[in-house]
Amino acid sequence: MSQLTTNYLTPTGREEAWRFTPLKKLSGIHDLEVPVSDRISLSAKSDLPKGVTLSTSSSSDHPPAYVASDIVTNRVRKEVKNVTVLAIENNLELAEPIFLKRKCGPTPEVSRSIIQVGINSRATVILENNGVGKLGEEIEILLSAGSSLNFISLQEWDLSSVYVAQHHAIIGKDAQFNSYVVSIGGSTIRMSPTVEYTGTGASAEMYGVYFATDEQHLEHRIHVNHSVPNTKSRVNYKGALAGKGAHTVWIGDVYINKGAEGTDTYELNRNLLLTDGARADSVPNLEIETGEIVGAGHASTTGRFDDEQLFYLQSRGIPAEMARKLVIRGFFAEIINKLKNEDIEERLMARIELELSRVGE
Amino acid sequence: MSVLEIKNLQVSVITEAGNKEILRGVDLTVKSGETHAIMGPNGSGKSTLAYSIAGHPKYLITGGSVTLDGNDVLEMSVDERAKAGLFLAMQYPVEVPGVSVSNFLRTAVTAIRGEAPKVRTWVGEVKEAMASLNIDTAFSERNVNEGFSGGEKKRHEILQMELLRPKIAILDETDSGLDVDALRIVSEGVNRVKANSDLGVMLITHYTRILRYIKPDFVHVFANGKIVEEGGPELADKLEEQGYAAYITA
Ligand SMILES: Nc1ncnc2c1ncn2[C@@H]1O[C@H](COP(=O)(O)OP(=O)(O)OP(=O)(O)O)[C@@H](O)[C@H]1O
Ligand SMILES: [Mg+2]
Repeated sequence: MSQLTTNYLTPTGREEAWRFTPLKKLSGIHDLEVPVSDRISLSAKSDLPKGVTLSTSSSSDHPPAYVASDIVTNRVRKEVKNVTVLAIENNLELAEPIFLKRKCGPTPEVSRSIIQVGINSRATVILENNGVGKLGEEIEILLSAGSSLNFISLQEWDLSSVYVAQHHAIIGKDAQFNSYVVSIGGSTIRMSPTVEYTGTGASAEMYGVYFATDEQHLEHRIHVNHSVPNTKSRVNYKGALAGKGAHTVWIGDVYINKGAEGTDTYELNRNLLLTDGARADSVPNLEIETGEIVGAGHASTTGRFDDEQLFYLQSRGIPAEMARKLVIRGFFAEIINKLKNEDIEERLMARIELELSRVGE
Repeated sequence: MSVLEIKNLQVSVITEAGNKEILRGVDLTVKSGETHAIMGPNGSGKSTLAYSIAGHPKYLITGGSVTLDGNDVLEMSVDERAKAGLFLAMQYPVEVPGVSVSNFLRTAVTAIRGEAPKVRTWVGEVKEAMASLNIDTAFSERNVNEGFSGGEKKRHEILQMELLRPKIAILDETDSGLDVDALRIVSEGVNRVKANSDLGVMLITHYTRILRYIKPDFVHVFANGKIVEEGGPELADKLEEQGYAAYITA
């Protein structure tokens, strides 16, 4: 257990961790001078199954389980008086997903939550972020030994919203954490899906899809810390961009520490530029301190969908709008299909196609 | 019975330095069942002709007309031309990231036939067409042309032609880059479509090799942006022996 970090400063944008982020667009979530509300914004969408509880309790009863370096995460910890706790008891197999919904307001606010998955339990948690909001958030996800959690976070925010979040998973022995991040809405999103392992045989699969249009900034900062033997990670994020000023950032930091023998990791980021004027930054980073590993690799590609491709598809009878949709659907399908929820898949694709149809308006 | 009629077609390529005249009055009529070979030196404008008919945006039509069964092709959008029954097998097929071959073929066929093919028959239809062109079924899951070898791309062009069943097909150097076996397989594919659907073919090539498999009814010599001589299959042999020198100076 670590203490709250108190000696941090408002970022200036010159820090390595903040150099890509448009601070001006954050509505002060990062700015210690700007007051934030800490009201509870998370709730269950429907009745929770037996063995699952959602409650709030004093943050002093739930000290952070890891040291955070992110400034907003530290600010959240300092400002939030009551944390939201989703607890899944031991040995529970949940066939149906648990839906969490978000209700934020137009002014800056912060939220801190904890998801606890009991020993040998299996569950899917779907967090639906939508509507208007300026939210700074931390979610701590604790996977007990032998447990398995699919954690899906859907960013379907209004186009004015701002979201700065760290979702940190601590994965116990032989536990399986699957993270799915989908970011479509929001004016500015900066998400840090991060994981660490506390037991051997622990594994993380981290998937992401992001789609940025005109002037949207979508940033995903993945951090995987392999520090115990025989753990595994797979990271695969795909992003598409369309319109002037669309900007995405993908950072993939994977650390294989001394003592993390038998680590098996691979991370991948693919970006597709659908129009001119969009920019995708992709920075994979792999640091290896032990030679005794199973595998470690990374790849990053950025491709363009250009006029020649459009012509090719059209020359086979496919109308232009359908051609763009086809390219996006196909590109995202690999990951969206993993959500295994047709309603959500269709809703997300519809939103993506709506945003696409509005590019340049 | 379909007729593609090209009359006095004049085309410039749009470049940053301005428009450059390439086609200087092309006249050509291709009817169902006919095969027209077009042969001519590099840079003479053969691909320009093919792209102009297909509607590539980098070409500007400055004069003349193109009609398919009397309908103005030049007024149609690119996809409308395909729906009207035109097909271009490209000299350099384009890679399309994010779109699998199977998804692409289904979408294209749906667009052109006006309704989605029946799932049951469709899978078989694609498999059979792929098998006859010696294309591994694993290609279905790959992205269109992405990482395909030159010859694989060409075979996929013919696969598309076979499934889209056009009235008139323009094959722009489909034979280039094919090994001997692939050349035979691809030629058989073209002949199969011709036999099944009375396809009209405009075959752009540099070599008489493919003409041994796909017999042309007419051979046209293309030089300096237009057709400068026309004849039967014997003209191809003459070109192979004597080259284009006579036409370039003319
Ligand atoms: N963007 C461009 N700028 C300048 N010239 C161009 C441009 N695009 C095409 N051209 C020229 O147009 C001419 C005709 O080209 P085209 O591709 O039609 O020739 P081709 O007959 O198909 O040649 P090949 O046998 O080599 O395939 C060439 O001289 C080419 O350099
Ligand atoms: Mg050419």
